Amino acid sequence: MNKQEFLDDLRNSLSGFPQADAEERVSFYGEMIDDRIEEGMSEEEAVAGIGTLADIREQIISEIPLPKLVKEKAKTQRRLKAWEIVLIVLGFPLWLPLLAAFSAVILALYICVWAVIISLWAAEVSLWAGALAGVAAAVMFFIRGFAVQAIALLGAAVFAAGFSVLFFIVCRAVTKGLLYVTKKIMFSLKAKLAGKEDAQ
Amino acid sequence: MDIQLKRGLLDVCVLAAIKNEDSYGYKIIKDLKPCIELSESTLYTILKRLENSGMLTVRSAEHDGRLRKYYHITQNGLRRIDEFRDEWKEVISIYRFVMKEEQYE
Repeated sequence: MNKQEFLDDLRNSLSGFPQADAEERVSFYGEMIDDRIEEGMSEEEAVAGIGTLADIREQIISEIPLPKLVKEKAKTQRRLKAWEIVLIVLGFPLWLPLLAAFSAVILALYICVWAVIISLWAAEVSLWAGALAGVAAAVMFFIRGFAVQAIALLGAAVFAAGFSVLFFIVCRAVTKGLLYVTKKIMFSLKAKLAGKEDAQ
Repeated sequence: MDIQLKRGLLDVCVLAAIKNEDSYGYKIIKDLKPCIELSESTLYTILKRLENSGMLTVRSAEHDGRLRKYYHITQNGLRRIDEFRDEWKEVISIYRFVMKEEQYE
């Protein structure tokens, strides 16, 4: 593939992304290819060294923020016809709630994930607090002469502390897993929005 | 290596590559090669991030009948390198401690 073909393909596969960003990237890769050629590589070699279009695309998707992509998608590529504008205005009661619902779903997804994470960690913290309070109460009971109750409380406190250590491992694993899954979902959502899998 | 850690290290690497004189994309990759292999896409991301955080500025200059982008380090960028130096003193002393403990095992 020569330089022009590569850059055209790249431009093509980046058509779903904001234009200015895409153009900047294309010129960056163009400059890289020119510099490689200047150093004595053949054009083919220089292009091959840059990497595949799919890789470049994938990297952009993982970096670009979602709102930017949505905004790009909302921009129409051509001028709207009069009847389309009328339809958009009249359809306003329909599409606005839909758009709101879509954003709400994404927001809700985030909140759900964070709610799970926060509540797990809250449970972890309260286990610890329970253990500490148990020890404190045991000391109080002991001072007042209730030795049996003190030992029972101490036992409960030790159990809470031990359980919290195990629970900590669970918390950490679940947090990691959930963050990974959200990231994956975000990535595929963004890939969908950007359109076209690849232009090869 | 931990992703966050690596990202921070790469940022400083690129800043160091433009510290003494302005440089351009391909030269940065070549200069860093003995230390680390960077792909074009990775470099692009780093440069963009450094530009957005005000650690470097970009200018286009003509070279051989075409435009080439040159990257220039700012005061913020120089400060980042200094910070890195101080941070790594700590890291090195932690490393020494870890290695010393290993020996006694």
